[in-house]
Amino acid sequence: MRMWAQSHLYQKLPRASSVFAAAFALIFLLLGASQSASALPAFARKYGLRCSACHESWPALNNFGLKFKDNGYQLMNDRDAPIWQNPGYWPVTFRITPIWHRVSSLNQVDVYNPTTGAITGSTAYRITSTGFDLSGLDFHTGGTLEKNFSFYVLPSSDPTASFHFETAMARIDNIANSPWLNIKVGKFELNNLLSEKRILTLTGNGGIYQTYHFSPVNDGNIYGQMGDNQFGMEYLGHSLDDRTRVSASLLSSNDGNVGLITGANSYSGFFTFDQAIDTGKLGVDRLGMYAFVGEAATYYLTSSGAPIPGSGIGNKGFSRVGFTGQFYFGPHFDVNVVTQHGEDNVWFGQGYGNAVNPSNGTPCPVSGPCGPNNTPGTVLPAGSRAPTWNGYTVEARYLYSPQLIFLGRFEAERMSTQATPGTPTNLGNITNYVIGYRYNPFMTSRAGFAYHGEFNLFHQDGTGPINGLGNTTSINTSELLFGLDFDF
Amino acid sequence: MLTNLLKCFPWLSVVVALCLPNAAYAQLTTYQLQDWLNTPAASSHIGNLTGDVHAAALPYRRFCVGCHGNLGDGNGENAVWFITPMYAQPRNFQLAIFKCRSTPTGTLPTDQDLFDTIGRGMDRSNMPQWNPLSKQERADLVAWIKHYSPRWQTEKAGTPIQIPPEPEITPERVKAGQAVFAKMQCYKCHGVQGMANGPSASTLTDDLSQPISPFNFTDGSRPKCGSTDTDLYRIFMTGLDGTPMPSFADNIKPDEAWDLVFYLRTLQPHNAFNAKEREIAHQLGLKPVDPNAPAQ
Repeated sequence: MRMWAQSHLYQKLPRASSVFAAAFALIFLLLGASQSASALPAFARKYGLRCSACHESWPALNNFGLKFKDNGYQLMNDRDAPIWQNPGYWPVTFRITPIWHRVSSLNQVDVYNPTTGAITGSTAYRITSTGFDLSGLDFHTGGTLEKNFSFYVLPSSDPTASFHFETAMARIDNIANSPWLNIKVGKFELNNLLSEKRILTLTGNGGIYQTYHFSPVNDGNIYGQMGDNQFGMEYLGHSLDDRTRVSASLLSSNDGNVGLITGANSYSGFFTFDQAIDTGKLGVDRLGMYAFVGEAATYYLTSSGAPIPGSGIGNKGFSRVGFTGQFYFGPHFDVNVVTQHGEDNVWFGQGYGNAVNPSNGTPCPVSGPCGPNNTPGTVLPAGSRAPTWNGYTVEARYLYSPQLIFLGRFEAERMSTQATPGTPTNLGNITNYVIGYRYNPFMTSRAGFAYHGEFNLFHQDGTGPINGLGNTTSINTSELLFGLDFDF
Repeated sequence: MLTNLLKCFPWLSVVVALCLPNAAYAQLTTYQLQDWLNTPAASSHIGNLTGDVHAAALPYRRFCVGCHGNLGDGNGENAVWFITPMYAQPRNFQLAIFKCRSTPTGTLPTDQDLFDTIGRGMDRSNMPQWNPLSKQERADLVAWIKHYSPRWQTEKAGTPIQIPPEPEITPERVKAGQAVFAKMQCYKCHGVQGMANGPSASTLTDDLSQPISPFNFTDGSRPKCGSTDTDLYRIFMTGLDGTPMPSFADNIKPDEAWDLVFYLRTLQPHNAFNAKEREIAHQLGLKPVDPNAPAQ
């Protein structure tokens, strides 16, 4: 409470500008309501279907879109091969979102002596920033190379236009004319029923599913990130009407980073099963489960004391298991649920596992998020335990019309066993609230455009900056975002 | 100022005169459809499902309107891009003429027929298989489709044709089927080998004068109205209304119809349905029909 009172004091001015900006966004909304467009998103223009055919609201898939994806981006109408397309057809869509946002979070801030100008200490201080900004840029290109042979490549940038491959894969579908035999190889989104790559929200904390990324404080496992696209090979099987789906993936434990830098021979498996049930007037509901089990390196061979990228051994295990559900209550309202029970090996719990920076292969401790190296003779602190936790995500969506959707999300991640005895039981617990809307002023098979609004409250116990009294605070971050999300 | 306005008046009058009837027509059509939404004909019954026409407004807008249009006239925003005969034009529901029926030619299809078509889709067109939708949604959409044409208010659906049980396949039946193929001159459109290259193939148009191709049995395509033996039987006994494919119910006896089904199977590449037929054709050393052979 104190923190909110404090933040109120410092936010008078920013709030005034927030109101102004919100009004500005509203004017945009009203002015734009009569706009039209004639753009060509890749799949929609190929098949002449509106976005709403496959998406509950772009990019979240509905059951029809899920079937289209599971069939290798094919309608299965004998017109899927590119030979049936106009030779000028080029399956590319780009997406970017100009935004205005407000972020308010606690930071560790230096305290100055007003007379001498010397730094006398530091304290927790809420910084609120507002302004216009930009999301990253995605170039989606995907489609069929021939009937039952397809691809998806997605070069994606951060807001500074620094690119990486978010997705790059080829797939072969309906092998031996069976929908139960589909293979993909490359870097791809895991077969999550509630996919983070199709999330409807954009803020830093609200634009991901916390359940998919949670790991205990000081945990060294760089892997186990269900929300990230991963390198590997996936088998997918599904019934003709896509009511029953099963998948098994063999993945490199490198969290989607190129160059085989994090482990010499560490693999993981991701397994899913879900079954849809026709519940009459309620709709087609889906129930499923997943298991993500594998191992990752904790010990890197060293050269002059520095870990050697790609030399990771000493593999230790981890697991993430849970249930998924997609429940429709008529055509307008649905609730999506993901639960998770997670466990990391005790070595990860004590910070081992990331002696090499996974994003750039830099040996620690030169730079990056680094941890200790499990070199021979290393002993765990007495009483160390394998950390475990439970979490869930509940996302409710109200589809007023195919062009307007409201959503609310609640996420809770709760530690059940801390790696080090004596650690506060709630350290690292996360609670996250998100509400938002997306309004498409027009809906065609040519382009996507949405007025996007979103508010997010993120709380994590015991991981914030240290306040003036020397106590560790909790993270409390709020984000407000309005944007014009478009793809062409 | 006033003078300028007066000068423009004749032109304005012309513009208004040209625009008003179009606007009135569009509004009238929309109003009519609103009224028809509440007629008893705008409903559907499939098994124990009852379609709710009002519940279909949202799924129609989500899934169908891009091709079939707001008025159900097949003039959705994408219709202009479907170039026949490669892509069939979207169905005009206002005409209430449907290819895939279990009912005699010229009659309205049953609700079940429309329901099946939505779930099965139309191969070689942009009409996908909508079976991921719930059965209730598909039943609702059937009711919605029926509100587009006054035919549903004045006519009842036809009575489904009787299809006798499929007999055992024999070499004699396959040969007899080939004779029916020749006698009915199926080759004129479908070609002597079923390759859609008969002498009339390139001249075919549908009822809306759009070019249309006959079915090619040899390229692995699925027939638009179903792939089973019973579906094939039904297709040529009911005809595909709105296309040059007529009904042969008056010309082919039920027994002969099954013979023809067996023969047509021999023209198709290997699939889940024709292993026996192809084996028999191979044993018989079956040759394509000869259009110049004397009638038997």
